[in-house]
Parts: sequence; structure tokens; C-alpha cells
Amino acid sequence: MKVTLTLNGQEAAVEVPPWRRLLDVLRDDLSLTGTKEGCGEGECGACTVLLDGEPVNSCLVAAGQCDGRAVTTVEGLATHRRGEEILHAVQRQLVACGGAQCGICTPGIAVCAAHLLERGLGAPGDGANDGASDGAGVGAQAALPLAGKSEAEARAAVRELLAGNICRCTGYQLVVEAVLAAAREVADGDAGATGRPS
Amino acid sequence: MTAYLRPRSLAEAVAARAAEPGYLVLAGGTDLMVNANHRPAPAGLIDLWRLPGAGEISLDAERGQLAIGAGATWLQVQRHPLVVRHAAILAAAAREIGALQIQARGTIGGNVANSSPVGDSLPVLLALEAELELCSVRGTRRLPYREFCTGYRTTALGADELVSAVLVPVAAPAVRLFWRKVGTRRAQSISKVMAAAAIHLEDGVVRRATVAFGAVADRPVRLAGVEAAVVGLAPAQAAEAARAAVAGAIAPISDVRSTSDYRLQVAENLAARMFSELS
Ligand SMILES: Cc1cc2nc3c(=O)[nH]c(=O)nc-3n(C[C@H](O)[C@H](O)[C@H](O)COP(=O)(O)OP(=O)(O)OC[C@H]3O[C@@H](n4cnc5c(N)ncnc54)[C@H](O)[C@@H]3O)c2cc1C
Ligand code: FES
Ligand code: FES
Repeated sequence: MKVTLTLNGQEAAVEVPPWRRLLDVLRDDLSLTGTKEGCGEGECGACTVLLDGEPVNSCLVAAGQCDGRAVTTVEGLATHRRGEEILHAVQRQLVACGGAQCGICTPGIAVCAAHLLERGLGAPGDGANDGASDGAGVGAQAALPLAGKSEAEARAAVRELLAGNICRCTGYQLVVEAVLAAAREVADGDAGATGRPS
Repeated sequence: MTAYLRPRSLAEAVAARAAEPGYLVLAGGTDLMVNANHRPAPAGLIDLWRLPGAGEISLDAERGQLAIGAGATWLQVQRHPLVVRHAAILAAAAREIGALQIQARGTIGGNVANSSPVGDSLPVLLALEAELELCSVRGTRRLPYREFCTGYRTTALGADELVSAVLVPVAAPAVRLFWRKVGTRRAQSISKVMAAAAIHLEDGVVRRATVAFGAVADRPVRLAGVEAAVVGLAPAQAAEAARAAVAGAIAPISDVRSTSDYRLQVAENLAARMFSELS
């Protein structure tokens, strides 16, 4: 079937079987190989992309389900200015803090963490992000990345919200440090409210 | 080549279900899509993801029920103020299902229809005495959740039916709710044992309790023996009576996730804790 979607902000169309995994469509049909496959079972989060603004495992999404929807992959996190690519705050901090080693988990973590920064580190259900989400509008309310949280609370929130991103290399500590550093950077306004330099 | 249908309403969805009984019904895909690339392609898909209206959560004041659309995701369930207020243990269970990515996609309807003995919302639905709304071209019916799961992964869902909503009676203020999931890790772990209860406490004694467990039998179960043993007792005595009644009520299996002995011990501890935590 013909699947038309907004991919990293641009219209894209691809002719694929509806049962094909979004992960395979991205990597094999659209040559966006930033998204990685770890387990293929929804466990590891390496294949995380945003579907209508929410983090999902692309190995568990059928291509047909993406028709008419918006998908953001790790390739869509950076911005471009005068031909130059400027990484998202989360990506820069993962590099700076040593939050990536072999890199298989890194794209999923970057996508997930970038999403968390855009909607604030409030844990789901703790009130910071209340309002029934309907997919599309989740990122709309511009909560502060740290959502008034103390250092310890923010650290706990990052750990809970990234619990679906398994990493075999880093031991997580430096990943958490990187996300918190990016959150502080965004909160301080260095990178604008979205983590992308303005 | 797999056919693809995306109904725009519940009426269209049940019509598609009736017309194409061989097609797979797909919601968030977090059960169905696991290892999808290693499985034969289905004849067709009926895609319920974001079916208009299917994720709505509202209060039916007349019936005193919370109506949760089958398409509501675990993120929607755990965040919705009505669920948090009236069915706090369902919100709590939603927050412990998988991790963020699974909660963004997995739906309550999928959990119910998939009917795994380790489905985390299922003991909660038993303890809260929830009903299901089931829909087909023949009409809509309500079924107590208790009668839905008929055995190991078998249900009372008709071949042409869809789950359209989960209806949860609003808990009276005097009813205390309990939920605990025991797994290897907080996120992304399948339960070894989970327990849910709704306990009506009056004048310091248990008037009535509904007690349900998951992962201890071929299906989620209410433990009538435990429920009977605690009536009329103060919390401390009820805790001991509940602990003692568990052994006769379940015979959990050993599998890759846990052993029979461990499950029984944990179930006894949880049964006791439901009541000891009241005081
Ligand atoms: C990594 C991982 C972790 C998980 N962790 C947990 C956990 O901790 N606890 C837990 O309980 N589950 C867990 N699950 C299982 C799964 O996420 C849940 O069961 C989820 O609620 C399924 O919903 P879905 O919408 O994704 O279902 P789908 O996969 O889309 O469908 C599941 C089944 O339900 C049927 N179906 C779906 N909607 C309807 C409907 N409205 N009417 C009739 N039939 C329907 C489908 O045909 C299919 O048979 C996990 C899964 C993964 C991959
Ligand atoms: S590859 Fe999708 S979650 Fe692991
Ligand atoms: S850096 Fe290797 S898995 Fe995370």
C-alpha cells in the first residue's frame, strides 16, 4: 500500500506492505539507518521514534498504521543552519558526557530524551503532564524541562522515563548525567525551549 | 499481499470485523507485532489505532461507572484525572506496564483481548468488579469481566466482536484499594505475581473484600476463599486469615520467570499485606 507520512517534518511517501515494521521501512526502504534494531521485541528501545509526538518502539509499529501520521527519527533531532548541522542538546551532551559507547542504544535514547525535554521531566501521572494526551498535542504545553524538580527528583524521573531504553555498555550513569545536563542547558535557555538552538 | 483497513468509527470497525473474520485486529501492536518480521504476513489488518472516540475516558454518573474506551493507551489511563480519582489502582498498574514506549502504544482493550495470565490490568479489573462493553454488528452487550476470561488465553469474545470499553464501578469512599506487582525489575518486566484488592472497611472491620491475583493460575483469578476468610475481622487478624487462605486457593506453576514455591510465598505475603496495610 502507499503510505504517506510526515517524516522528520517533510512529506514522504513509500509503497510497502502494511504489515512491514516501521523499523524496516525506515532503514531499508527510506535509508534512514540511524534507527537501530536491538531486540525486535519491544524490550530494548533502540528503535525508538516519535509517532505523532510520542515515543514508540518502531519494531512494534506496522507500516500501515503510519499512513497520515508524523514520524520523527534520530535524523530529525538536529537542526540545520546555513548548511551546518547543529545537534540537539541531548545529542551534544551524550557526546560531551560520554553517554554513548558502542552506540546501538544511543539513537533511541536521544529520541526518547529529546521528547522528555520537550514536554518536561514530569513523570507520567505525577501531575506535571496532566491532561489526557491524544497523541498529537502531547508536546504542546511547554513545561520546563526540569518541571520544578530537585536534582534527585529529576534524576529519578530520567531513570523511570528511560527505563525502556536498555544499554549494555554505559551502565546508565553517564546517560543520566547527559540528559540532566541537556535539561539544564534547555532550562537555562542556551538552546531554546526545545533543545534545538534557536 | 496483506489487506489494510482503517475504520473511521466503531460502526465501521465492527462491520469490517464481520465482513473479514480472517483479518487481524491491531491496536497498539505491543503484543501482536512482537517479532512480526519473523512471522507470516496476515491476510489483512483491521487497524484500531487511534480509532476516533475509542480512547475516550468519561464518567457515567447514572450508572456510577467510569467508562474507559478500549483504545485508551496506558499513558492516557495513568494520566487521566478521572482514573486517578476513581480507580487509582488501574492508574498505578498502567504506570508499571512495560516502559514509556509500551505505555504510549499499548491499550487497555489489547490487554483485555490478549488475555494473558500475566496481563497486569486484569486482576485490577477483577478486584474492581469491572464490566466490559462488547460490540458487533449484532449489537452491544455488557459482560462482567469475571465471565470474560474462560481459560488459558481463551475468552468469551465472539468471533465478530470487538471490545469497545471497560466499565469500572466508581469505588465508594470507604473502599480501600490495593495493587502490587512483583517482577525482576520495575520497568519492562513481566509479573511473577500481582495482586489487587478492593476492601470495604467499616467500624474497623472488613465488611467485604474482592481479592484478585495474576500470574498464579492459567488466568487471572478472584480468590473467593480469601474473600470469605476476612469478613468481620480487624485488619491485623484479616491479614493472617488471608495469608492462611491463599495456600488452599492457588497452585501456581514453575516457569522461566519463577518457581511455584516462590509464587506461593509471595502471594501469601501480598494477601497479608493487603489487610495489614489498612491499619
Ligand atoms: C516489552 C513489552 C513489555 C510489556 N510489558 C507488559 C506489562 O508489564 N504488563 C502487561 O500486562 N503487558 C505487557 N506487555 C504486553 C502488552 O503491551 C499489553 O498487553 C498491551 O496492553 C496490549 O495492547 P495493544 O493495544 O498493544 O494490543 P495489540 O498487540 O494491538 O493486540 C493484542 C490482542 O488484542 C486484540 N485486540 C486489540 N484491541 C482489541 C479490541 N478493541 N477488541 C478486540 N480485540 C482487540 C488483537 O487482535 C490482539 O489479539 C508488554 C509488551 C512488550 C512488548
Ligand atoms: S528493537 Fe525495538 S525495542 Fe528492541
Ligand atoms: S552504548 Fe552500547 S548499548 Fe548503550
